[in-house]
Amino acid sequence: MTQHTPIGGRPVFVVDGSRTPFLKVKGRPGPFRASDLALGAARPLLARMPFEPAELDEVILGCVMPGPDEANIARIVALRAGCGQRVTAWTVQRNCASGMQALDCAYSNIANGRSELILAGGTESMSHAPLLLSTEMVTWLAEWNKCKTIGQRIHVLRHLKPKYLQPIIGLLRGLTDPVVGLSMGQTAENLAHRFSISRLRMDEFAVNSHLRLGRAQDEGYLREIETLYDAAGKVYAQDDGLRRDSTVDKLATLAPVFDRKFGHVTAGNSAQVTDGAALLVLASEQAVDKYKLPVLGRIVDSQWAGLDPSQMGLGPAHAMAPLLSRHGLTIPDIDYWEINEAFATQVLACVEAWKSADYCRNELGLSDALGEIDNERLNIDGGGVSLGHPVGASGARIVLHLLQVLARNNARRGIASLCIGGGQGGAMMVERL
Amino acid sequence: MTESNTTSCHWHLERDQAGIAWLRIDVADGNVNVLSLAVISELQQKVDELVRNPPRGLIIHSGKPNGFIAGADIKSFLGMKSEQEAAEFMRGVHTVFDRLESLSCPTVAAIHGFCLGGGLELALACHYRVADEDQGTRIGLPEVLLGIHPGFGGTMRSIRLIGVPAAMDLMLSGRPLSARAAAKLGLIDHAVPQRHLLRAARMLVLDPPQRRQLKPWLKSLNLPLLRPLLARYLRRQVASRANREHYPAPYAMIDLWERNASDPKSMLADEAASVAHLVMGDSAQNLIRVFFLQERLKAAGRDSRFKAQRVHVIGAGVMGGDIAAWCALQGLMVTLQDQSPERIAPAVKRAAQLFSKKLKQPRLVQAALDRLIPDVAGQGVPHADVIIEAIFENAEAKQALYRTLEPRMKPGAILATNTSSIPLQTLTPALQHPQRLVGLHFFNPVAKMQLVEIVHSPQTDEQVVRDASAFARQIGKLPLAVTSTPGFLVNRILMPYLLEAVELESEGVRPELIDRAAVAFGMPMGPIELADTVGLDICLSVAEILGQSLGNARVPARLRALVSEGRLGRKNGQGFYSYRNGEPVKARISAGMTLPADVTDRMMLRLLNEAMACLRGHVVEDEDLLDAGIIFGTGFAPFRGGPLHHVRERGISALRGRLEELARNHGARFTPDEEWQRLQAL
Repeated sequence: MTQHTPIGGRPVFVVDGSRTPFLKVKGRPGPFRASDLALGAARPLLARMPFEPAELDEVILGCVMPGPDEANIARIVALRAGCGQRVTAWTVQRNCASGMQALDCAYSNIANGRSELILAGGTESMSHAPLLLSTEMVTWLAEWNKCKTIGQRIHVLRHLKPKYLQPIIGLLRGLTDPVVGLSMGQTAENLAHRFSISRLRMDEFAVNSHLRLGRAQDEGYLREIETLYDAAGKVYAQDDGLRRDSTVDKLATLAPVFDRKFGHVTAGNSAQVTDGAALLVLASEQAVDKYKLPVLGRIVDSQWAGLDPSQMGLGPAHAMAPLLSRHGLTIPDIDYWEINEAFATQVLACVEAWKSADYCRNELGLSDALGEIDNERLNIDGGGVSLGHPVGASGARIVLHLLQVLARNNARRGIASLCIGGGQGGAMMVERL
Repeated sequence: MTESNTTSCHWHLERDQAGIAWLRIDVADGNVNVLSLAVISELQQKVDELVRNPPRGLIIHSGKPNGFIAGADIKSFLGMKSEQEAAEFMRGVHTVFDRLESLSCPTVAAIHGFCLGGGLELALACHYRVADEDQGTRIGLPEVLLGIHPGFGGTMRSIRLIGVPAAMDLMLSGRPLSARAAAKLGLIDHAVPQRHLLRAARMLVLDPPQRRQLKPWLKSLNLPLLRPLLARYLRRQVASRANREHYPAPYAMIDLWERNASDPKSMLADEAASVAHLVMGDSAQNLIRVFFLQERLKAAGRDSRFKAQRVHVIGAGVMGGDIAAWCALQGLMVTLQDQSPERIAPAVKRAAQLFSKKLKQPRLVQAALDRLIPDVAGQGVPHADVIIEAIFENAEAKQALYRTLEPRMKPGAILATNTSSIPLQTLTPALQHPQRLVGLHFFNPVAKMQLVEIVHSPQTDEQVVRDASAFARQIGKLPLAVTSTPGFLVNRILMPYLLEAVELESEGVRPELIDRAAVAFGMPMGPIELADTVGLDICLSVAEILGQSLGNARVPARLRALVSEGRLGRKNGQGFYSYRNGEPVKARISAGMTLPADVTDRMMLRLLNEAMACLRGHVVEDEDLLDAGIIFGTGFAPFRGGPLHHVRERGISALRGRLEELARNHGARFTPDEEWQRLQAL
């Protein structure tokens, strides 16, 4: 069983994992906060482990926008899940790849011998993203609070302007790159333009994503989902963003939302805004032996890459390429791929980039094109477009689901990857034993 | 610090460098501070010493981790031989507390944990009170629950401090308050974190603030013109909850105030006489008996070291779901299994409601919900210390379940069934280790009913019975070991009583009259309404099972007819009564409605006769446990001290004669059990 990892340490095993259903945001705060979601995945996962939660070494969670009561959300989740006071916990943030970052940190800590047993993953309640007050309003409130007399109050009140009351939608700010001044959707428009990806191709991709998720639900392929229960007695059992009746014709009626009027990217061919969490248990060989743990697979390697923020959707193309070359592998050596569907066009662009000799030479420093990823091996059970992209959670979800896909098809090796707002890519290679 | 030179067992007096006297109560031989005669007389010595040599201030605090003072020593009330003796005792305490109160230096009670009854009365005799704001702090005057009222000056001092309405509410309900609630009422001066308790007491002594004054309008309620009005209002309030004949104490309390409100001295004298009269009465003596029965149930399982951390409940119906919620409320990690999430979700909803009601603070509600884990896959089984099966009443289904459970259970885990009708012996063949199966029979509603029957068959390991009892105590319930005979104890005794009520109804007696007769006897709810509440289908099935095995419970045709018409009781809005918003629609009782003279006897004597049969069959160990089970399992008139105690008070031979008479008039179901004769002969 002993195989060294490329980062020079002990092998790292994925024992098991769970995720919540991904729940589409319906314009108001959803029933679960980010910590509730993480707990919804963690409790059943820990319940089926042969060890006690207190025997974990640490809990690492990715989360982009924890609520105001969720500072270091990983610690909150660890305590609420009954891990006890001694299990340490920390939260990581690498924007859309926060969940994968958590796995990477866990991978690294087990490989280098700091930990034996880690609960890691990501959570996001995008519906609970805050509404913020403008700086003008905050400044005005500070003056108001200083007032001691009614006269002072009347004076300060005269300076309150209606525009101060306009709230700032935290979610939109979070999905905008402040350095290049583009929304994430606009960076996707850039890729469509660069690789000449038509609206029709994007919409076809989106329909396919829904069809694949529909089939996966019908066939019971999504066994990693754990039902959520709210305090009102309501049950949430499945990803609710699925549109089984999605067609290209219907999608064609949607207006572009980022580059209004003339753009291609619509709500229908972008990832849905959802709430969800995905958690995995990672273990060293010693821990696997000690507790006789089942093993889903092994994390072989991981890679991060940086690129132009205005082309951030190509991140996977940049992060996955070094993984292949480091291990002397080519596209056919990888049995299945998960590339997070932030935007239909962005996944299509990654495929195009690897097909392009120009791109591979100029941008990836390779001698020739890498070739084409087989569509039948890519996101075979749907992705962000159909089931949504709770930013902190997706990175963990795709790694977990990739392992399920490999097991189901009795395949060996896979790569999961995602693009990261701000111009990065992350990729993780896993294999079954 | 200097320790005083008199001998001390219960009170320890020290003076610090600032000249403050610290009087610590730490009652010898006991882990709870209670005010017995000896403790009071030692307090007297200490107070005398303080009067002779006044300190800069006095702080009274407790050396027991669990609290300040839990109350007067109730045992001493049982031993009193006459009203004069009781009144003498009260007057003695008054003298000590009066001297304490009149110390010229500032006096402070520093309270944590229990501060109840006589404990609070002592604190009220101090000038100031501070209390630990922890959840464990319980401040109140619960005397009324024992059929008496405060007797150590508490009636006068509480009214003087917080006014009639609040003080009467405190004393009439007997409900304990949290430190924060007590501070809000003005009953204590400050609720502080434990780390500041003694510091706060010290600061009050060093810099005593103005003492609390009652608001003028509250004072005015004591005026002779207003008093009778308010007294009448209070009596009406009490009347809706307690009958004067059965529970004289709350009325005595109101009378006491109405007679003496303007004069603290006469009120104290009257208080002593009034409480002495009450304590010697039947109601108080029986309620005190019930208190000790409860203490006895609490002691069960004390010799077991079993402590559960995880509980797995199978079956998320009303019983299973509510048992799971109760366990989570009590701090256990609970997995709740059923066939689908949709079956578990309503239990989660009910749990959320229970938690908000009991815990109030959102943080604690969240934590309790976090401990309740829906578990369709049954992942909790191998981790559970206790597995409670609460699926539908079908022996084959239960056996099949046990076969899959047993190999997955961890060694030493308890396997418990919540069955109310299937004998354990029917279920054990499915088990490799039948000795580990025990019944944990909870009552509906789980959150309200204190009793849990610990059902054991001849095969059940005695240690398992002890462990199961310890578990019941761990979750704050009262365990009662019963044999695995049909109906166990509570349902078996209750059923003939319910069936007789149904019989009366089918003879044409109005259900409202039947219920009123039972309530007049002292039952918490009439039998017809109770049958509707339990569910007529459930009553029918229990009655049939008991009828088969015991042979004396003929099932009235009326019950069968209602069930076949689909009238199932409160749950579907139609039973003997119709229900509107969950409440029965009862006809007004008019003079024209006639009630046969033997209604109460017919119902109650069938209950008592079955109690005799249970005693003869050794369903429980002894008479007292039987009484305890029926009181805490059914709410049987507590002021009567339990069914068998009631039999002895009314006279065994008289009641047996009455049964024989009923048997002649109404049939063999009234034939006295042999046990009557045996008890009579003893």
